[in-house]
Amino acid sequence: MYKYDTYDQAAVDARVAEFRDQVERRLSGALSEDQFKPLRLMNGLYLQLHAYMLRVAIPYGTLDSRQMRMLAHVARTYDRGYGHFTTRQNIQYNWIKLEDAPDILAELATVEMHAIQTSGNCIRNISSDQYAGAAADEVTDPRPWAELLRQWSSFHPEFSYLPRKFKIAVIAAGEDRAAMRLHDIGIEIVERDGQHGARVFVGGGMGRTPMIAPEIRDFVPLADLLSYLEACLRVYNRYGRRDNMYKARIKILVHEIGAADYARQVEEEFAHVKALGIDLPAAEFERIAAFFAPPAFETGLSETIDRSDPDFALWLDQNVKPHKAPGYAIVNISLKPVGGIPGDASAEQIDVMADLAERYSFGEARVTHAQNIVLPHVRKADLYAVWQALAEAGLAEANLDLISDIIACPGLDYCSLANARSIPLAQKIATRFADPARQRELGELKLKISGCINACGHHHAGHIGILGVDKKGTENYQLSFGGSGAEDVSLGKITGPGFDEDGVVDAIERATDLYLARREAGERFVDTYRRLGMEPFKEAIYG
Amino acid sequence: MRILTGNDLKSGDVVWWTGSDWSRHVEDAADVSERGEAIAREEEAARRVNVPYVIDAAATPEGPRPAHIKDRIRALGPTVRADLTLRPADPAAGSWVI
Amino acid sequence: MADDLLRLRDDEAHDEPAVTLDSFLGQSNATAVRLEAGEDARALLPHLERLALVEVSFPSFRDGRGYSAARILREAGYTGELRAEGDVLVDQIAHMRRCGFDSFAPAAPIDEAAMARMLAIQPHVYQCAADDRAPIWKLRHG
Repeated sequence: MYKYDTYDQAAVDARVAEFRDQVERRLSGALSEDQFKPLRLMNGLYLQLHAYMLRVAIPYGTLDSRQMRMLAHVARTYDRGYGHFTTRQNIQYNWIKLEDAPDILAELATVEMHAIQTSGNCIRNISSDQYAGAAADEVTDPRPWAELLRQWSSFHPEFSYLPRKFKIAVIAAGEDRAAMRLHDIGIEIVERDGQHGARVFVGGGMGRTPMIAPEIRDFVPLADLLSYLEACLRVYNRYGRRDNMYKARIKILVHEIGAADYARQVEEEFAHVKALGIDLPAAEFERIAAFFAPPAFETGLSETIDRSDPDFALWLDQNVKPHKAPGYAIVNISLKPVGGIPGDASAEQIDVMADLAERYSFGEARVTHAQNIVLPHVRKADLYAVWQALAEAGLAEANLDLISDIIACPGLDYCSLANARSIPLAQKIATRFADPARQRELGELKLKISGCINACGHHHAGHIGILGVDKKGTENYQLSFGGSGAEDVSLGKITGPGFDEDGVVDAIERATDLYLARREAGERFVDTYRRLGMEPFKEAIYG
Repeated sequence: MRILTGNDLKSGDVVWWTGSDWSRHVEDAADVSERGEAIAREEEAARRVNVPYVIDAAATPEGPRPAHIKDRIRALGPTVRADLTLRPADPAAGSWVI
Repeated sequence: MADDLLRLRDDEAHDEPAVTLDSFLGQSNATAVRLEAGEDARALLPHLERLALVEVSFPSFRDGRGYSAARILREAGYTGELRAEGDVLVDQIAHMRRCGFDSFAPAAPIDEAAMARMLAIQPHVYQCAADDRAPIWKLRHG
C-alpha cells in the first residue's frame, strides 16, 4: 500500500488547517453559504436531509487496518455509530456537525486519510479494481497509476472549478470490475510491445443522460499520461457547457461535438502541453509502484479447503474468488444482509473487518463499487476461521452478485436530492427473494436502485435497474432491464409505466420467473433478456 | 398553513421556526403565512439558521404536518432506522410520515 | 474598483483601460485587453509582445474557464500583468496565482489577512502549473 512521505503528510495537514480557517470564517459570517458551499464540498461536506454528511476518500478503494479502525472511531465519536460505503468506493457519515468537521479531518490525517475532492466540480476520488494486486487476469496492478493520478489531481489549480464533477477510473484487467466506461475518463492499462500504456475512454457517465465512453486513444505511454489527461481536462474546462448544469458533464461535450472532434482537439492541446515538462520522471512512478509490490506470499501452501460445513461451503462458492498466488483466495464480505441497509456497517463491524484484514490479509482491505468489502489476500487454510468470525459479526451473507446483493443509494431517507426512497425497496426485494437456494438458482443478477435521476445507485448499469421518481408527491419506481457496468457494458432500457413499491417487487418476480422458464444453458438473466428482447418481459410484467 | 424550516448552521440539525425561535420539533412550527421569506432572510443573515425555506403544511391536532414526503422524513428521521429518529422509543411515531 | 486592486507584482499598475478582444484585434496600438470568460485566450498569442495587461473576467466564482486562459497565456510566454476581475473570492487566489494571475480586481472586497493566510497555507504543490513552484515529485528526485 502507498505510504505518505513528509510531503504528502504536509499537504493533507495543510488542507485541514485551510478548512478549519474556512469553517471559522463561515461561522463568523465572513463567508456566505453560497461562497462556503464549494469549499466544504471540496472537503466532502454536504448539507443533507437530516444533518451535514461527510464523505471520506478511500483512494482507489484500498485501505489498511489502521485506517479502518479510524473509520470506526469516527463513526463512534462524531456520528451515530455507523458509516455507509458508497459506489465511489468511499465511506460517508450521515450525522456530522459542521463545528466537528475540522477535528474529524485532523483525526483522519493521522492515518493518512482525508476527504479532499470527494465532492465539488473537480477531479474526484480515483476509482479502481477492488481485486488489484490479487486478480489473476490483470496486466499489472492499476493502483500505482491511480495513486499517481491522485497526486496529480489533488489541489489541481486549473481544474478545481470545472463545469461539473469529474470521475476517473483505472483498471488493468479484461474483466471490468469498476464500471470503467461509465466514468468521465476511463483508463484501461494495456500492454503493447512490452510497454504498459493507457487506453483512454472519455465521456461516459450515468446521471440523467447516461453514456458509454467512446475510446479516444488506444495507447498513451506512461511517460505522456499526465500531459494527455491535462489536455483532456483543459479542452473540457474551456468548452464544456456552463449554461445548464444538467448538460455540463464532459459526456455532453463529447456527444455534441463527436468523439472524433473531441479527440482531435485533445491531440492539438496535447502536442502543446507535452512540451511543458509536466510529466513525471520514471523514477517517481517506480517510487510509487514499489509501495504496491506484492506482499510476502507464503509458498507451498495447501490448496485444499475443508468443505464439510455446508453453510461455509455455500459462502465459499459465492463470495470467495481465485487469487493469483497459489494457496490464497480473495474474500468478499457482503454488506447486504437480507433486510439490511445496503452498504451500511456499524463501527463494531468495521472494527471486526479491520481485525480480520490485519490477521489474515496482510493488513489490507478494499471497498468495492458494489458497496461491499474485500479482503484481498487470504490463505485458503484460513478461510474457515475468517468465515466464522464474519458470521459472528453478521457479515457472512453468501450473496455476492446475486439478486439480494443490491446497490442502492441512500435515497430519500437521507439525501436531499432524492425523489423516492431506495433502502426500503432494496429491503423488500431482498426479503421477497430471501431464500438462498432461489437466489442461487437465479444466478448472477445485478440489481441497482437510484432514488433520483442522478443515478448514484447506478441503475442504468443494472441487469435490473430501478429509478425512484416523484409522481405528484408519492414515490414511484421505473424499472429497466439490460444494463451492465462490466466489460459487457450497456445501458438499461425502461420497461414501461412505473410502479409503487410493492408493484415493482411483483414485476421483478414476474420477470425472473420468465427468465427461469426461457433461459438457455449458461445464460444469466441479462443474457436471456438480450437474446429475447424487451417484448416477452413486458408481456410478463404488464400482462 | 405555511411553515419555515432549515438546518442549524453549526450542528446541521433540522429546525422549524416557532414564531420567535427555532425548534427541532415540527410540532412547534408556527404558521408564517406570507412572512416566511422575510423571516428566513433575517434569520439566515444572523446565522441562526442555514438554507431556510418555506413549505406547505397541514394543521392537525398533533401539530403541523409537512405536505411533502421529503419534509415529513426530515421532520422525524430516516424511515429505515427508527432508532435514529427523534422518537426512537415510540414505534408508531412515524405513522404519519409515509 | 482601483482601490480594491490587489497586485502581486512590483511594477506600476498599468493605467490604460482594457479594451474588448474584438477592439484589440481590430486596432494595432492598444496595450491592455479584457477577455470575457468564453473568449479564446489563444487569439492573443500573436500579439503578446505589445500587451502590458490582460484582464480575465470571472462572471461567477464557479466559472473556471479563466484558469485555463491564464495558463495558456503564461505557457506562451506572456510576462505582462494578468488580472482576474469579477467574482474572485479569497479562497481562489492561491489557485489563480498558480495559473499565472498576478493581480486581482475582486467585485467584493477581499480580506487581505485571510488572503495572506490562504496563499501561504500549502507548503508544496503536486503538479506543475504556470508558477515557478517545483512540484513534489521534483523535490523527491532532486
